[in-house]
Amino acid sequence: MYPFDYHRAGNVADTLTLRASLADARFLAGGMSLLPMMKLRFASTPNIIDLRDCEELRGIEASYEVVRIGAMTRHVDVAASADVQAAIPALAKLAAGIGDPMVRARGTMGGSIANFDPAACYPAACLALGATIQTTGGDIEADEFFIGVFETALKDGELVTGAEFPIPDAAAYAKFRHPASRFALVGVFVARFGELVRVAVTGASRSGAFRWAAAEDALTESFSIRSLEGLKMDHSEMNGDIHGDNEYRAHLVEVMTRRAVLETLESAPAA
Amino acid sequence: MKKFGVGQSVERAEDARLLLGEGRYTDDIVPANALRLFVLRSPHAHAKILSIDKTASLESKGVAGILTGVDADEDDLGGFPSLVPSNAPDGSGPNFAPPFSVIARDIVRYAGEPVAIVMADTLDQAKDAAELIKVEYAPLTAVVSLADADKPGMPSIWPECPDNNDSLGVFGDKAAVEEAFSKAASIHSIDVRVSRVAVSPMEPRVATGVWNEAEGRYELTAGVQSPHMTRTQLAACIFKVPPSKVRVRALDVGGGFGLKGVPHPELALVMWAARRLGRPVHWFSERSEGFLSDCHSRDHISHCDLALDEDARIVGLKFNSRANLGAYISLAGMHCAQGNIGHLSGVYTTPAIYAEVRAYFTNTVPIASYRGAGRPEALVVLERAMDAAAFDLGMDPAELRRRNLIQPEQMPYDTGFQFTYDSGDYPVSQTKAQEAADWAGFEKRRAEALRRGKLRGIGMGHVVEIASGMRDEMGEIEIEADGSVTFSTGFHNHGQGQETTMRQLISEFLAVPPEKIRMKDCDTDVQNFGLGSAGSRAAAVGGALIKTLSEKVIEKAKIIAAIPLETDAAQIEFVDGTFNARGTNKTATFAEVAALAHNPMGLPDGFDGGLAHKQIVRPGGPTFPNGCHICEVEIDPETGELDAIGYWVCEDVGRSINPMIVKGQIHGGVAQGLGQIFGEFIEFDREGQLLTGSFMDYQMPRALDIPHITTISHDVPSPNNPLGIKGAGESGTVGAMPAGLNAVCDALKPLGIRHFDMPASPHRLWKAIHDAGGIDAICKPTEAA
Ligand SMILES: Cc1cc2nc3c(=O)[nH]c(=O)nc-3n(C[C@H](O)[C@H](O)[C@H](O)COP(=O)(O)OP(=O)(O)OC[C@H]3O[C@@H](n4cnc5c(N)ncnc54)[C@H](O)[C@@H]3O)c2cc1C
Repeated sequence: MYPFDYHRAGNVADTLTLRASLADARFLAGGMSLLPMMKLRFASTPNIIDLRDCEELRGIEASYEVVRIGAMTRHVDVAASADVQAAIPALAKLAAGIGDPMVRARGTMGGSIANFDPAACYPAACLALGATIQTTGGDIEADEFFIGVFETALKDGELVTGAEFPIPDAAAYAKFRHPASRFALVGVFVARFGELVRVAVTGASRSGAFRWAAAEDALTESFSIRSLEGLKMDHSEMNGDIHGDNEYRAHLVEVMTRRAVLETLESAPAA
Repeated sequence: MKKFGVGQSVERAEDARLLLGEGRYTDDIVPANALRLFVLRSPHAHAKILSIDKTASLESKGVAGILTGVDADEDDLGGFPSLVPSNAPDGSGPNFAPPFSVIARDIVRYAGEPVAIVMADTLDQAKDAAELIKVEYAPLTAVVSLADADKPGMPSIWPECPDNNDSLGVFGDKAAVEEAFSKAASIHSIDVRVSRVAVSPMEPRVATGVWNEAEGRYELTAGVQSPHMTRTQLAACIFKVPPSKVRVRALDVGGGFGLKGVPHPELALVMWAARRLGRPVHWFSERSEGFLSDCHSRDHISHCDLALDEDARIVGLKFNSRANLGAYISLAGMHCAQGNIGHLSGVYTTPAIYAEVRAYFTNTVPIASYRGAGRPEALVVLERAMDAAAFDLGMDPAELRRRNLIQPEQMPYDTGFQFTYDSGDYPVSQTKAQEAADWAGFEKRRAEALRRGKLRGIGMGHVVEIASGMRDEMGEIEIEADGSVTFSTGFHNHGQGQETTMRQLISEFLAVPPEKIRMKDCDTDVQNFGLGSAGSRAAAVGGALIKTLSEKVIEKAKIIAAIPLETDAAQIEFVDGTFNARGTNKTATFAEVAALAHNPMGLPDGFDGGLAHKQIVRPGGPTFPNGCHICEVEIDPETGELDAIGYWVCEDVGRSINPMIVKGQIHGGVAQGLGQIFGEFIEFDREGQLLTGSFMDYQMPRALDIPHITTISHDVPSPNNPLGIKGAGESGTVGAMPAGLNAVCDALKPLGIRHFDMPASPHRLWKAIHDAGGIDAICKPTEAA
C-alpha cells in the first residue's frame, strides 16, 4: 500500500466540505473492493475519506412502492432485512449471495454500485428493477448511471447516498458463480411489473451489466420460458477468459435467464 | 488400557495454543531490529538482463541495502541442488542439473525469479525503493508449454540442453512387456494430463535470517518441514561453509505439504542479506507472490497402454510420460518426475511394466513436491487406464479391479517392478468401500438423476503408496529430575498433530502422563541430525524411534532403580510406571528413579548419573499404506456445474496412534486431491505470464465443494516396524485424484465420452458435454414447467 492520509467526517455535508478541501481523494465504504487494490499497489490515493460515521447513509425504508436502501447499508443488513425480504425477496437473496460472510459484513450497496465491477451483483438488480440512484448531485436513473466497466455517471467528489428500488410484482436473481472468485460469472435479474418485464445481465459482457432487450420484449409479450425458446445471446459482446469463453458465457446468459424466469413464476404465477 | 496411549483418539495437544493465537509462527517473533526484505521479481518469463541501475533506489527512504546477482557472484553464492539424479536423454551420462538459482545473474528464466532484493526498515519502504530500480531486459522467446518444449524451433533454456529435454528415465523390462503385449487379448490406451497446481499452504513461506557475528555463523528461523535438510543445503551449496556454521530452526508452521520441504531462494537471501548488512532480515511472502514464486507441482502429460488377457487379467503395462521441471531442477523436481514411478504397480498383479519418463525444462517456476510427490502422477494414470479398459470391455470397473487385486496371502508381495508391499488386504478394502457407497445401487441413482436432467457418475480409485521410504531419524528423550520428559527429534510438526501423537507414544512406553511431556523446538542447535516430516514417515519411523529411545531409558533406569531396591538390574521390572524388584514388595516410582539419577550424592562412586538417551534409529523397510476410495458426483449438463455427492474410503494405515488424527489426515488429503480434480489449475499465457495468480482466478476448493467423507478402517499392521504403523499423510490425496476423476468420467460415459482431463471446472465440463451433443443426445429431461 502506498501511504495516504486518512480522514472522516460525521455527516454527509461535512464529508463533502472535506472532499472539496482536498485536491485528490477517494471515499472508503466497506473497503472490500478498494483496499485489496490498494494493498496490491494497483490503486493509490493521497487521501482516504472514510464514510463510516455518516449515519444518515445507513438504513432501509420500505413503502408500498419502493424500497430505499442507504449507500452505507451492508450486504448482510440487506440480506437480513425483513422489509426487503417481504418487498423484494430476490434482492435480499442477491445480497445474501455476495462473496462470503466477511465480505457481506463490510461491503456496502453504495460501494458496489459506485465501483461498478463488471461481475458485481447489485448493478443487475438496479437495472432490472429500474432503480433510481440517489447521489449528492441529484437522482440518476440506473440506465443512465452505469456507463462502462468501473465507470459510472458519478462526478468527482459526488457521493452515492442511496438507491430507490421500485417493488416488482415478482422478481428473481439467478447467479452462476465464478468458480474461483464467486462473483457472478453470469448473473441474470428478471423483474416483472404487471405485464412489463425487465431483464438485466451481469458478469457476462465485456462492458459490464446490461439490459437484454430481446428477452425483455419476448417476456413482456408472454411471461413464460417458452418465450425464451430460440432466443440467442450474441457471443460477440461477451467476455471470454480462462473461466469461460464468450460462447459459454452467452449460453449461461440463456440458461440463467430461463432459471430466473422459472423462479419468478414459482414466486408469483403470472396473472 | 492407558488413557493417553497408542490407539486413542485423544484431542490434539497443539490446538489450544494455535487456536488462541499463542502459536509461534516465524512472522510472530521477528526481531525488533529486523530489516524487511522485498524481492524484485522478473516480469519476464525469459529475458537477458542487460543492466540494473540501483542508484535512485539506494537513496530511497529507509533503505539499508540492495543486492543483485552481481553481488551474489562476488560472494560466490550457490544454488540448491537436485537431490535425485537421472540420465541424459541419449544415455550418454548423467542428466544436466542446473541448481535452483536464488537470484538471477545474466538471464531470467521464469516470471517471478528474484532479480534484486531490497532491505529497508519497513516493507513499504522496500517496495518504494524497488520501484525505483531500473532493470533493462532484452526479452527472449519463452518456452511455456510442456507439450511443445522440444518442438523444432523452440529456444533453448539451457545451452547444455538444446531441445529442453533434460533427462530420460527408463524403468522396467521392455522385452518382457513387448512379449506380454504380443500375446494380449486386448490393449487399452489412454492419455492423461496431470494438471499443474499451486500448493498454497495456509501460512505462506516465511524466513528470518540473522548473522551471528560473535560465533561467525548464519541463523535462520523459517517455515520449513526439515530444518536439518535445509541446513545441509544452505551450508554446503549456498554458503559453502561447514554445517556447524549454519543454524536452522522451524517453530510453528502452517502447512507444508512438501512445498516447505524444498528449499526456496528466499531462505538463502535473508541469511545472505543479514550477513551483508549486519542486521536481522525478515521476509514474508504475500499470497500473490506465493503464486508466482512457490514451486508449483505435478504437471505431467502421460500415455499408458494396458494389456489384458481374455479373462481381463493384466499381462503388461507400458507408460510414457513427459514431466515438467520448470526452469531449474528443485531439490525434489526429478523425484516428482521419476522417483515415484514404482507406483505404476498399483494394487494389481502386473507381470511386466515398462516406463519411460522424459523431463523437460520450461520457462516456469520449478516443480517440487506436493502431497504425494509423484505418487498421484503415476496412480491417477494407472487408475484411469483401468477405467478406460472397463469402458472398452463394457465391464464394471470394480469387477475389473477385483480380478486383478493382489491377494492378502501373497503378502509380502514383490511387484516385480520397484516395490515389495509389506501387508494389506485390498479385496476387503474394496468390498467395504463398495458396501458403504452402495456401489451396487448406483445405476438406479444414475437413472433417477437422468430423469432430473443430471449426469451422475461414480468412480473408484485404489491407492497404495510408499511411506517412510526415508527411514533414518534421530531423537532424544531426556528425563528431568522431577520425572518429567523432554523430547527432541528431527520430525517437524506443521499441522499433522505430531505433538500429540509423539506424546502418545512416549506416554505409552514410559507411562508418563501427557502434561509431564515437553517437546523441544525443531532446531539444529537442539539436535544435530534429522530428516524431517515428509513422505508420510513420521508415525512409522517416529514410533520405532520413540520405542527404542524409551527402552534404552528404561534399561538405564533399571540400573538406577536397583540401587535403592538393593538388587541387581536384571531383577527389576518396569510395570505401569513403577520399578518393582521381582519377588519382593519393594518398588520405586519413575519420579523417584529420575530424582536419584540427578542426585550424584546418592549414587555410588563412579556411577554415570543422568537419565537420557539419544540415537538415530532405522526401522525395517518402507511401509505401504493403501485404501479403496469411491467418489460420486452429479453434473448439471446445462451449466457444467459439478456437485460432489459423496465420498467413501476404506483405508489401511496400519496400526494407528490416534484414529481421529488419521481421519483428519484422510479428510484433508481427499480435499486436496479433489481440489485438483474439480478445479485447481495453474495456467500461463503464451508469454509465460501467470493467469491464475490469486484466489480470484485460482479455484481453491471451499468446504462446501467437498462432499461428506466417510472413512472406514481396515488396518493391517505392517511387519516392517515394531508398532506395525504404515502412515497416513499422503494416501488421501493420492486416492482422491483417481476416484474423483473416474467419477467425473463415469458421469460423462453415457455421452460416449471415454476420457476427460482434469480439471472438471464448469466451463470445461460444459464444453465436453456440448461437443458430445449434449444431454439431449441421451434423453429428454421432463421439464419442470
Ligand atoms: C472475496 C470477495 C468476494 C466478492 N464477491 C462479490 C459478489 O459475489 N458479488 C458482488 O456483487 N460483489 C462481490 N464482492 C464485492 C463486494 O460486494 C464489495 O463490497 C463491493 O463491490 C464494494 O463495496 P464496499 O463497500 O466494500 O466499497 P469500497 O471498497 O469501500 O469502495 C469501492 C469503490 O466505490 C467508491 N465508493 C464507495 N462508497 C461510495 C459512495 N457511497 N459514493 C461514491 N463512491 C463510493 C470507493 O471510493 C471505491 O472507489 C466481493 C468482494 C470480495 C473481496
